[in-house]
Parts: sequence; C-alpha cells; structure tokens
Amino acid sequence: MTGKLDLDPVLVARARELARRAGQPVVDLARSHTTVSVERAVLRLAGVTGADPDGIPWVNRLVDAVAADVGLGHGVAVPVFDALVREGSTDVTLLAQKAAAGSVRFTQPTGRAATAARSAARKAVGAGIRRIDRRRAERDRLVKRHGDPAQRPWIYLIVATGDIYEDIPQAQAAARAGADVIAVIRSTGQSLLDYVPEGATREGFAGTYATQENFRLMRAALDESSKEVGRYVRLTNYASGLCMPEMATLAGLERLDMMLNDSMYGILFRDINPVRTFVDQRFSRQVHARAGIIINTGEDNYLTTADAVDEAHTVTVSQLLNEFFAHEAGLADWQLGLGHAFEINPEVPESFRLELAHALLARELFPDAPLKWMPPTKHMTGDVFRGNLLDGFFNLAGALTGQGILLVGMMTEAVVTPWLSDRDIALQNVRYVLGAAGGLHEDFVPAPGGFIRRRANQVLGEALDLLERIGEQTLLTAIAEGTFGIMKRPADRGKGLSGVAAHEADYCNPATDILEAAA
Amino acid sequence: MSGEKQIVRPYGDTTGDGMVQVSFTLPVTHDKRAEGAAVQLANKMGMDPAMVVHAKPMGDGFTFFVVYGRVNHLVDLNAVQVVERDFALLSAKDVNTVIKQRLRRKLSVVGACIGTDAHTVGIDAILNVKGIAGEKGLEYYRELKVTNMGAQVSVPELVETARAEKADAVLVSQVVTQRDAHLHNTREMSAAFREAMPAGRRPLLIVGGPRFDETMTDELGVDRIFGRGTTPGEVASYLVHALITQRKAMA
Repeated sequence: MTGKLDLDPVLVARARELARRAGQPVVDLARSHTTVSVERAVLRLAGVTGADPDGIPWVNRLVDAVAADVGLGHGVAVPVFDALVREGSTDVTLLAQKAAAGSVRFTQPTGRAATAARSAARKAVGAGIRRIDRRRAERDRLVKRHGDPAQRPWIYLIVATGDIYEDIPQAQAAARAGADVIAVIRSTGQSLLDYVPEGATREGFAGTYATQENFRLMRAALDESSKEVGRYVRLTNYASGLCMPEMATLAGLERLDMMLNDSMYGILFRDINPVRTFVDQRFSRQVHARAGIIINTGEDNYLTTADAVDEAHTVTVSQLLNEFFAHEAGLADWQLGLGHAFEINPEVPESFRLELAHALLARELFPDAPLKWMPPTKHMTGDVFRGNLLDGFFNLAGALTGQGILLVGMMTEAVVTPWLSDRDIALQNVRYVLGAAGGLHEDFVPAPGGFIRRRANQVLGEALDLLERIGEQTLLTAIAEGTFGIMKRPADRGKGLSGVAAHEADYCNPATDILEAAA
Repeated sequence: MSGEKQIVRPYGDTTGDGMVQVSFTLPVTHDKRAEGAAVQLANKMGMDPAMVVHAKPMGDGFTFFVVYGRVNHLVDLNAVQVVERDFALLSAKDVNTVIKQRLRRKLSVVGACIGTDAHTVGIDAILNVKGIAGEKGLEYYRELKVTNMGAQVSVPELVETARAEKADAVLVSQVVTQRDAHLHNTREMSAAFREAMPAGRRPLLIVGGPRFDETMTDELGVDRIFGRGTTPGEVASYLVHALITQRKAMA
C-alpha cells in the first residue's frame, strides 16, 4: 500500500475476503460445468481449423455431433479422440467433416479405449498449448528488441472500420502518431454469435469481426509498425460474448497482447446466461494466464448505465471480484487491467475531485495492476469543444493517479465514429497532458482529512457494505436482483443457456488439466 | 404562417457579418498548395473571404484545416420546415393522473433495440428508472407498465412480446446507422406489425435515435420519430397525447 489515501488495511483485507467468499461458489459452479464454447476451444487447441461451405466452423459441427450422440457432460475430447483412434487417423478436422456428414458415431469409451483416447487427446491439445507458449516467448523477445512505451499510462486507441484491410493502415498510422495499444472493435452483434467467423473480413457493423485470420493480419502489420516506431505496439481484441473461450484461445495462438475479458459484462449488458458466462470466463482466463495476455475488465460500463457517483462502489466491488476470479484462474497482478471510468456528470459540484478520489482508490487498492482508465462517454453531448476539454481533464486525472492504460477519449464521442482528425486532436490532447504533467502523480498526495481522502474511504465503505450484502445472498442472486448496472439477470435466463452442461463423473478436458497443472 | 421572408445570416461578432468557422481534412501533404486547396473548398462552400487559420499535417499525406470566413448564404426562417412538438408537455404526476382517470388501466409500453444494434443507451435513457439528465425514465411512472427487452431483439420476438404484453405502444431505439441499418430495421419492424395485427389493434409505433430525420414517419411506417435530446417526459407526454387525449377527442 502506497498510502496516499490512508485506507485502513484491515478494511481492505476484509473487502478481499468478502470478494473471495462471494466468488467462490461461482468458481465451484464453473469447475463443475462445461459449455459448447469451452469444448470448441479445446478442439481448436487440438488442431481443428476451418469452416464448412456455409461458414460454420468445423469445431461447431464437431461439438454438435458429439453432443447429439453422447451429450456434452463427458467433454468432447475423449469421444472425439476415441473416434479418431478407431478411424486410425490423426486428422481431427477431417473427422469433423465426416461427423458433419453423419458418417461417424461417437461413444463415450471405457477401460483401455478410454485411456488411449485420453492420452491421444492430451497429446494433441498439449501441442496447441505449446504453440501458445511459443507465441508468448516470441512476444517477450519482441518486447526486449523494440522496447516498451517510454511512458505510463500506455496510450490505447481504437480502430473500427469493419474492413480489416482498412483497419491496418489506420492502426499503423495510429501507432506512428503515438498509440501504444491498438484495439480493433468488434462488429456489433458478434458477442451474440455462437461461433467464430472464419477468414479475413471486409464488412462489419460499427466494427470488424474478430477472426483468427484478422488477428493474424493485424498482428503482422503491428509487428512491422513496432520495428518502425521502435517500441512494441500491442494489439487488443475481445474475449467476451458467447465465444469467450475460443477468442482467448485464438488470441493466444495469434499473439494478441490484451483482451477485454470481464467477469460479468456479458451477463449484464448482453443478457448472456450467468452460468454460461462464468464457466466460459474461467476457461478464457486460464488461457490468458498461460498466454501472457493482459485482460481488461469492463467496470466502466456500469457507470454508463448507473450514476457514477451513487454507484461508484459497484465499480470497486466488481474490481475486487474480477481480481479474485483472475487470481483463481492463474492470472498475475501485472495481467489485470482492471477498468474504471471518468463518467461523473461534469455539472456535479467538485466532479473532478470525485473522479480523482475514485481513480486513486482503484490505484491504491490494486497497486500492481495496470489499471485501464476509460474516457467520458455518457456526458459527451456533441459539443466537441466542451468534449475536448473534458477529455483533457480525463487525461489529467489519469496522469495524477498513475493509471496503467489510457483509452484515448474522442471529443466526437456520441457524434460519429472517430475521423482521422478526431484521433489526431485526441492524441494531441493526450500528448500535451502527459508531456506537461506526466509525472505529477509523484507530487499528488491528497491532504489528510481532505475531500478526496474522505470520499475514497466512503466509497470503500460502501463497497464493503455491498459485499457484505452479496455474502448474505450469493453473487448469482445479487446479479439476478440488479445489483450491478441496474440490470436484473436471473441465472436461469439469458442467451447461451442451452450450451451449458454439468460435468459427468468422467468429464475430461485435457486443456484445463494442462493449464491447471502449470498453475 | 406569413409569406413574408425573415432573413438571418450567421453571427460572428456583428449583426449580419455572416462569419462561420469550419474544420476539415484534405488527403494531401501539407504545403502551400494544400492551404490553397482548403481556401478553394471554402470558397465553393460559399465562404468568401476564407481565412485558413490553422493547417496541420496528420500522418502521411493528410492535412487538417480550420477555416474562418464569411458566407454569402442567407437563411429564410419562414422557409424552415421542422416537426414542432404538437402535444402538451406533462409532468409525471399529470401523466399518471390522465392515464388513471381516462384509460382506467396501466398503459403498456414495450421497448427494445432491434437488429444487431447493441447500444441500449437510448432505450435505457428513456425507460430505465434512472432516466437521463435528472429526469426519471418511464419505469418510474406508476401508471406505465414497462417491458424493456434490451438489445439485439429480433423483430418477431418484439411482435410476440408486444402481443403478450398487450402493448399500447412499442418503442424502438436505433443508434447504429452504418449502411442505413436504422432505416432498414425500422421499416422491417413496422411492416411486421402491419402484417401481424389489424390496423385498430396495432400498438403505437415509435422509434428514436440520434440520426433519424423526424419528418420521415410515413416513409418508415411509424407513428412518431424522436431525435437526439429527447427526454422520457416528452415520450410519456406524447403517449398520453396520442393514445388518450387525441384519440378521445377524435372519437
């Protein structure tokens, strides 16, 4: 604890303990269930690639075929590799094609056949995980060669044209203009697709589809840019929605560097079933941990639907829960881009001091996490001049409170998807503030007993109260009753529920086995 | 409306000076010629004289300009066409009272973002208790029964829910406008309601979003379009006007 807010260490420890208590039943749930997307991720690790002529990936066809014959509860690895052993083949994609044509029957083997299938599955999945390991080592080499950004926070910029071949020059231009992290926003609606589209894509709605090929193309382009600008430019995408585990896997295989990966975002904002989300989330975080990927959590979103002052403590609670789930899945503190945002109504008296109190609270609670600082969106009105000023204050708050990753705010937020000139002006704003006041966090220590310290302690107190209440009823009930971001999400409703299955006694997932053995 | 012209010009610091300020980017490298090109564009936009007050190179082969100048265009206020609010703005209390006394049951409202649009910010601002800009959303109105279906709702789901909830009004929010998705989605929605229910039984169809033209109701087959800055109170007042006050007056 660096002690700028005089937080009571006993209360902080109590908050973490309550988060653990609230999160543990959810972890138990995640450990005893699987989902179609977890199983598809296992098959991707085992080497299944490509899609049928309708664009449905072979992993989807194969998982559906296995589920139809033996259900999902055993895990698909053993039935699939049992069939492969029986066929005398090693080509899993070919097996998927045969299964889709209906020419393979799956069974859940026992005895020696089961042992053989399990060992074949572990070998194939192990090869996929080794590919992720190699990509991680490659990143380490490139970071060493090109270097990290000279300053903190890292400057995070979004591109989103819908066309990967248009995104690439924009991303490269952004890197030249000073962006350290490029996020390619996904096409609206991809989070609710229960499959990952294939190939390079040139059309999307308000974003570009996340596909393995698009990941590869953009990473290769940014490797060129890294060489050119003399610092390693990181790439971000989204492990969220119904295909969270597969997105994490593809990100690991294609050396993405950060992934949006919130524990509750899909539940609250996409109405995805809570159980589905927690199961998918745990697996995806295990993959991120292994791949050396920094996750970004989505607490900023609560403040766009709920009041940023009244509900500030829900951000703290969610950060604590995200931290618990992340640690449980094997992520280290340096991988936790816990989110929060500058979303207080600028008309509120002392709004900037309140922002500083909230931002510093996160900084003090999570001293080793690269906190993700999100710009104002809710109170951007279309008055671009006022918006630019607000973004300047947002940047200043980021510098003052030592944030790790700064998402560049656009003064045209809520007006248009950013123009080239909007980005340039926004980056100029960031460069000015970081250049003029980048080290100000060293000098910024709020006065003892002053407004900022009192406010931060008040928010921590409210967070504790909420965690105590969650403890009395369980996290799933709290979500069902609309504790976070006002939305009510019962555990037996929401999208993707049909893709969830409880583990059978002989459930086998070689990926989880390998990932947990390492942790 | 009088046929007389009522002319205004932009105001810089003197009545009638016609001064405006614009900014834009040209895909050319910054040099003298680029600044000349910016002046030429400004002239063609009706700015004369045009002063390039700021020119900044951006990346490879782009220049950003800020231009001040006098426009020669005139605006005739009497020729302006807009949709003026044609209903009385009521307080939440008055809305509740009118519904209670004259409808004698709760007024049912179903809201959704349709198509792939996942931006619930608009529908939530209108429906959530939280509301917007200090004004409470429709869920706060005691006499309104609100069903908020959230994002990415399909049109058949919406029609089905409207039927099940016996919706008096259906509110649809559309934020994403790429390739006119908001217009296509709205037309699909209104057509589905026309097909599924006879004229007298159809709920009032309302769409809202920052990029709609409020005069396009007929073209889109809806009863009302609300643009940027609409508040829950305006929507509630319109519901009362269209479903109770006006309907009774016509009956």
